[in-house]
Amino acid sequence: MRRISADVLVIGGGATGTGVARDAAMRGLWTVLLERRDLNHGTTGRNHGLLHSGGRYAVKDPVSARECIEENRILRRIMPHCIEDTGGLFVVTSSDDPAYGDRFKAACDACGIPCEEITPAGALRREPRLDPRLRRAFSVPDGAADPFVATLATAESARAHGARIYRYHEVTRVVLRGGRVSGVVARDLVNDEEVLVEAAITVNAAGAWAGRIAALAGCEVKIVPAKGVMVALNHRLVNTVVNRCKPPGDGDILVPVGQVCVIGTTSYEVPDPENYGIEAWEVALLLDEGEKLVPGFKAARALRAWAGVRPLYSGEATAGGATREVSRTFTLLDHETRDGVAGLLTITGGKWTTFRQMAQVTVDAVCQKLGVARPCRTHLEPLPGSERRDYHRVGAPLRAVEGGRQAELVCECELVTRDQVETAIDAGAVTLDDVRRSTRLGMGPCQAGFCGYRAAGLLHERRQPAVQEANLALRDFLQERWKGLLPVLWGRQLRQARLDELIYLGIMNAERLDTGGRKSPLTDFYLQQAESSAHGVEQPLTGGGGQERHG
Amino acid sequence: MADVEATLDACIKCNICTSYCPPAQVTGAFPGPKYAGPQAQRFRSPREPSPDASVDYCNGCRVCNLVCPAGVKIAELNARARASLFRDRGGVPLRERLLGRAELLGRLARPVAPVANLLLHNAASRWAAEVLLGIDRRAPLPRFANRTFREWFSRRGGRAREAAGARFTTGRRKVAYFHGCAANYYEPHVGRAALAVLERNGVEVIVPEQVCCGLPMLSNGDFDPARACFQTNLRHLAPVVEAGYDIVGTSTSCTLTLKAEARELLGDDSEAARLVGEHTYDVCEYLMAMHEAGELDTGFEPLELRVAYHPPCQLNAHRIGHPATELMAIIPGLEVEESGAACCGIAGTYGLKKEKYAVGMAVGRPLFDFVKDSGATVAACDSETCRWQITHATGVRCLHPIELLARAYGLADGQA
Repeated sequence: MRRISADVLVIGGGATGTGVARDAAMRGLWTVLLERRDLNHGTTGRNHGLLHSGGRYAVKDPVSARECIEENRILRRIMPHCIEDTGGLFVVTSSDDPAYGDRFKAACDACGIPCEEITPAGALRREPRLDPRLRRAFSVPDGAADPFVATLATAESARAHGARIYRYHEVTRVVLRGGRVSGVVARDLVNDEEVLVEAAITVNAAGAWAGRIAALAGCEVKIVPAKGVMVALNHRLVNTVVNRCKPPGDGDILVPVGQVCVIGTTSYEVPDPENYGIEAWEVALLLDEGEKLVPGFKAARALRAWAGVRPLYSGEATAGGATREVSRTFTLLDHETRDGVAGLLTITGGKWTTFRQMAQVTVDAVCQKLGVARPCRTHLEPLPGSERRDYHRVGAPLRAVEGGRQAELVCECELVTRDQVETAIDAGAVTLDDVRRSTRLGMGPCQAGFCGYRAAGLLHERRQPAVQEANLALRDFLQERWKGLLPVLWGRQLRQARLDELIYLGIMNAERLDTGGRKSPLTDFYLQQAESSAHGVEQPLTGGGGQERHG
Repeated sequence: MADVEATLDACIKCNICTSYCPPAQVTGAFPGPKYAGPQAQRFRSPREPSPDASVDYCNGCRVCNLVCPAGVKIAELNARARASLFRDRGGVPLRERLLGRAELLGRLARPVAPVANLLLHNAASRWAAEVLLGIDRRAPLPRFANRTFREWFSRRGGRAREAAGARFTTGRRKVAYFHGCAANYYEPHVGRAALAVLERNGVEVIVPEQVCCGLPMLSNGDFDPARACFQTNLRHLAPVVEAGYDIVGTSTSCTLTLKAEARELLGDDSEAARLVGEHTYDVCEYLMAMHEAGELDTGFEPLELRVAYHPPCQLNAHRIGHPATELMAIIPGLEVEESGAACCGIAGTYGLKKEKYAVGMAVGRPLFDFVKDSGATVAACDSETCRWQITHATGVRCLHPIELLARAYGLADGQA
C-alpha cells in the first residue's frame, strides 16, 4: 500500500478544505489534502456565487453577519480577481413589509455593515429592470464571487507553500490507534489502489459529507444536509446583487455572476447529500419569486438548475426540516474533548464567504495541539492570480479573446480557448467536467452542445487514450450537462436542448458510443443521480437529474 | 415592440448567421454575427467599458437577422454595441460623425455644388481625405446635384399636379414622399421619377418637411443626433399620416429606418413612431400593392433592355419580397435577372472607410461578377449607396427601378 505522511491531513477539497490546507502550509505544517472527486465538486461548486456583506443575516443571525462583513473585506483584498464588485441592494418590494427596512438598517448598523438607504428612484436608475413599485432600497457591499477560481487559487497557494493535494482519493477508513486518529486509508479512484495517509492531526472538512467521515472514526456529528436549489438565467437581468428586504426565505436573492444571473435558493433538509432531485415546484417557486423582483423574469430564458447541499450543523437535530432556523455560523468540533477521539477535528457549517476564517480557526486549533506558535497570515497574503489588484469584470473574457484569439475558441458561449482547455487537460483533468470546473467549458447557453465534442477531441489528442475512454468522457460530460437542463426544459432552452440532441444523438449517435464497458470514477455518480431525480420524465439522452453551479 | 437585448435569449448557437454573414466570409477582422451579437452581449455591461472593438466590423447588412431561425435581432445588437464602443472611447470619431451627416454635407455643398464636386472629386483632396479622415481614396462618393429635389419640386408648383394621361384620378390614394438625403442632394432624378410614376397612377403626392432619417448616424454609432432626426421626422410625418397620407420613399434604407430600425435601435415605442412606422412603404412595395389591387396603370411602353437587378440588403430587411423584380417584369421587352448575391459590400458608409474598403469590395465580389457576366447594359438597385458601389466596381450604370418604370411610362424627364 502506498503511504503518505504529514503533520496535517485535510479531508475535503472545497473552499474550506483548501483554505485549511493553505493556512496550515503557510504556517509551515507538512500538509496533505484528500478530495474524493475533483476540487469544487461538492457544495463549493454548486453555490450561489454570492459574496455576502452580512446583510442577509444581520437581523436574525448577527454572529454570522459579523463574520461575513469581516471576511468580505478580507476577500476583496486577497482575491479581488475572484470577486466582481457588484454591490448589493436590499429591496422592499410591494409585497414586503416596509417597516422591516428599519429593523434591517438598525441591525446592519449594529453589525458594522455599511448600509445606506437610497430612494426608490435611485434604485431604479441603478437597476432599471426592478419592479418600479418597490418601496424602499438599501445599498450594502455584497458582491459576486467565483468560488471555482477562488478554490483553485487557494489550492495553488497551498501547493506553493508545500501542501500536497490529491484528487480522486476517497477516504474509506479512518485509522484509529489507541483512541487516536492516526490517519486514513483512501482509495485512489484513478489508479484503483489503496493509499495510507498518516498524520498527527486529521481535519474533517468534508462539508455535507462530514458526518460520514466522523462516523468512520466512531463519532456522531449531525450534519443537516440542507438542499438549496438555484436557477440561472441565460443573461444578466441585473448588475447588482438584489436581495429582498424581509426575513430570509426561498428565492429572495438574485445574483449577477459571470454571464448569468442566479435566483436562489430554497432550503430543505434532504436525507442524503448525494441523492436528491430538483422538484418542479422548487423551480416554479424560484421563478415566481424572481418575478417579484424583476417583472418579466419568468419569461426570460432559464439556462440551468442545480442544487447544493449546505452542511448545516445544529448540535441537535432540527424539527421538520426547518433549516432556515439553523445558524449559518460555523462550528469547529474537537473530537478529543467531545468524543474522546484524539487527532481529529471537524470544521463545519459556515458559508463560502467565511471559509478563510473557518480555516484560520481550525489551523489555530491544529497549531495549539501540535505546539506550534505561528500566526495565521492568510488574510495578509494575496492569492495567485490577484496580481493586478483589480476586481473581475464581466467583459474580461471577451476582452481577452479580442484580436484574433476568437479563432481558437473551443467553448464559444463562455469564450474558452483551446489553450485553456489543453492546459486543463495537461494539468490532470480526469473528466471533461473537471475541465469545465477550471475553465467554464460548456457552462453557457448551449450547455456543451458545440464544445463537448471538441473538448473530447482535444482530450484524445493530448492524452491518446483508447477511443473508448474518450467516448466515455464525452458521454459522462453530456450526462452531467443534461441533468441540469432537465428541470428547465421549456421555451427557448428546450429549443436549445433539441438542437443539442440532434447534434449528439442524430449526428454522433452519442447514445451508442462504444465505451467498451468502461466506467469513469464518476459514471456511477451520474447514473445514481439520474435515477434519483428522473421523476418519471422521459429521458432522451441517458437520464439526468441534479445540480450544478451557474451553468 | 421586442426588447432588442432580450432577443439574445433566443440564440441557440446554430451558427447559420455566421455561415451567411458577408463580412465574416471575407475577413477575420469580424468574428461573425453570432459571436459579436448574442454571444458577446452576455459579456457587455452598462457599467463597464466596451470589451470588444471587432463589432465595428459588422457592416449592418442584416443578412444575419434574415437567416436567423430564432428571431435574434443581431444587427441591432451590433449597432448598439458600436454606439457604446464609441461612447466609451471618447466619443464618435470625426470620420464617423462626418459620414453620418450626409444631409449637413448636402446643405453646405448645394449652393456651391460644382465647386464642391471639384473639391471632392480630385486626387489631391481624396488623398487628403484618406490621410486625414480615413476615407478610402478609391471609394465611390456621389456628386452633389446643382439643384435639390425640393427646389425643383417647389418651383414645379407644389402638390398634386395631375400627370398627363393619368388613368386614375379619383384621389383615393395620398402619398407623402420621403426623398431622404440621396434623392434630394445627389439624385433628384430618382425623386422626379417616383413623383412622375405615382402621379401617373393618380396618386396625390405631397413632399412633407423632413430631415435625414438618421440611418447613417445609427450605423456610424452616433445615436444622439439620430434620435434628434427621428424625433423631428415624427413631428413632421405623424400629422401627415393622421391626415390620411402614406409615407413612401425611394431609399429602402430610409423607409426601413422609419418603419422599424430607428424605433428598435433607439427604443422608441411612442405612438407617433408606431403610426409612422406602420404607414411607411418603399416605393416599389407601394406600387406593387397598387398593382395587386388592380390600381396600377400597366400601359408600359416596351423597353428592350437586359437589367441586372440587385435586391439590396436593406430591401431584404423589409421582408416584403422583391417588388421591384415583379414590377420590372411587367414592362414588355425588359429582361430582369436577379443577382442572388448577399451584399454589395458598401453597406451605407462602411465600404468608404479606409480599413474597410477592401472588405467591402471582397464582400461585393460575387455581385460584381454577376453584373459583369450578365451581359446587361444597365444594372438596377433600390438603394443609392449600393448603386454607387456597383457602378464603381463594374463600370456598369446603375439605376433605381423606379427610373425604369418612369421610362417605360414615357415619363423620363431627362434633367439630370
